[in-house]
Amino acid sequence: MNTPVKAKLKVATTSLAGCFGCHMSFLDIDERLLDLLQLVEFDRSPLTDIKHCGPCDIGIIEGGLCNAENVHVLREFRANCKILIALGACAINGGLPAQRNHLPLTTILEEVYHAQHGLVDGFIPNDPELPLPLDKVHPIHEVVKIDYFIPGCPPSSDAIWKVLTDLLAGKEPELGHGLIHYD
Amino acid sequence: MSQSNTFTLDGKTIPYNEGQTIIQAAMAAGVYIPHLCFNPEFKPHGSCKLCTVKANGRQTASCTQHPAPGMVVESDTIEINDERRALLQMLFVEGNHFCPSCEKSGNCQLQATAYEMKMMSPHFDQFFPDRMLDASHPEYLLDFNRCILCSLCVRASRDVDGKNVFALSGRGIKSHLIVNAKSGRLADTDFSGDDKAAHVCPVGVILKKRVGFTIPIGQRSFDEQPISATPHPQGACPVGPRSNTATLPPHPTVKGG
Repeated sequence: MNTPVKAKLKVATTSLAGCFGCHMSFLDIDERLLDLLQLVEFDRSPLTDIKHCGPCDIGIIEGGLCNAENVHVLREFRANCKILIALGACAINGGLPAQRNHLPLTTILEEVYHAQHGLVDGFIPNDPELPLPLDKVHPIHEVVKIDYFIPGCPPSSDAIWKVLTDLLAGKEPELGHGLIHYD
Repeated sequence: MSQSNTFTLDGKTIPYNEGQTIIQAAMAAGVYIPHLCFNPEFKPHGSCKLCTVKANGRQTASCTQHPAPGMVVESDTIEINDERRALLQMLFVEGNHFCPSCEKSGNCQLQATAYEMKMMSPHFDQFFPDRMLDASHPEYLLDFNRCILCSLCVRASRDVDGKNVFALSGRGIKSHLIVNAKSGRLADTDFSGDDKAAHVCPVGVILKKRVGFTIPIGQRSFDEQPISATPHPQGACPVGPRSNTATLPPHPTVKGG
């Protein structure tokens, strides 16, 4: 008798208002990626270039919310993923992009596109294809329910590996000393 | 001062001297109770509530509560640690605690205590308050974004340095740290790097200039070992000597609340 083949879990990842540093740290699990690929297959992710998320077991979100498209993508992930993980400082508390929250958005746009020295006939981009910036940058748990958080800027590959392997083993993920970091 | 009296802390027998509070006796016995506004060198303030324990079934701040013979104290329990985590989360969202850019990261008691309590997220909505930076002083920087109102700088400046450079002003959510100068600027006070107040901040508000990343992130006190294993976390501050105030008496004047 053939033993039934265990279906691979589906994992989707994305970077919202992040720098892809968390994804780089994820890739930094190095050859363990091969072990991981025995257990999971990737759906929507910068690694696959699949543009939309189908039903998934685990969704991993890097970055916070700085524009309307970020919110849209986050909601797509929440609607499709059984477990949603916030990966890194920006997803968890807004991080570096949220440092703009102390300045009015109009001031920032004026400064960047219009008033800054050296800009000739600068204007604030208004192409309808561009997502509108949010008034403030928000962490993702302020918009959808998040099941697990991996803090760090970026989280170490060992921390990411620990959470993923705990989840794949059916355990509550836990990060001990040295793996839980906010910096 | 006999040590005939004992209480139990999470089942462990802890001896105490008359006049000691629960947290002092626990520290002397090498048992960690999470705390932020408590510093063994100063009169307790009892404000952060991180050191809350259950003493004979009642919640109380262990930095101000004196033990009684045979008292049953619980500290490291799921219930109390859940509450401590919630307090930490409130502190994190009320200020701007952006650890990746903070010079104190790795030496910060707020951060290390949050690690200890397994705080994985801020849980609440961020306030993103507008707070000031005061870089007026030639040697020291004040970053009010990170203030948790522990009042340790207030107590050190007033009780040890005799200068009253700092104070807490306002009430409730509007409470904030102020500098005692007409201009409100540190440069216009007699604050100096030799002051005790320069070395007691548990977070990254009072920072010595030009030493920020001499010790890289990843090689700092609480990177090396968790705060629960660090006997005197105040000593973790890399920018100042542990001061000359060890002669301060313990807190015999403090009555339990």
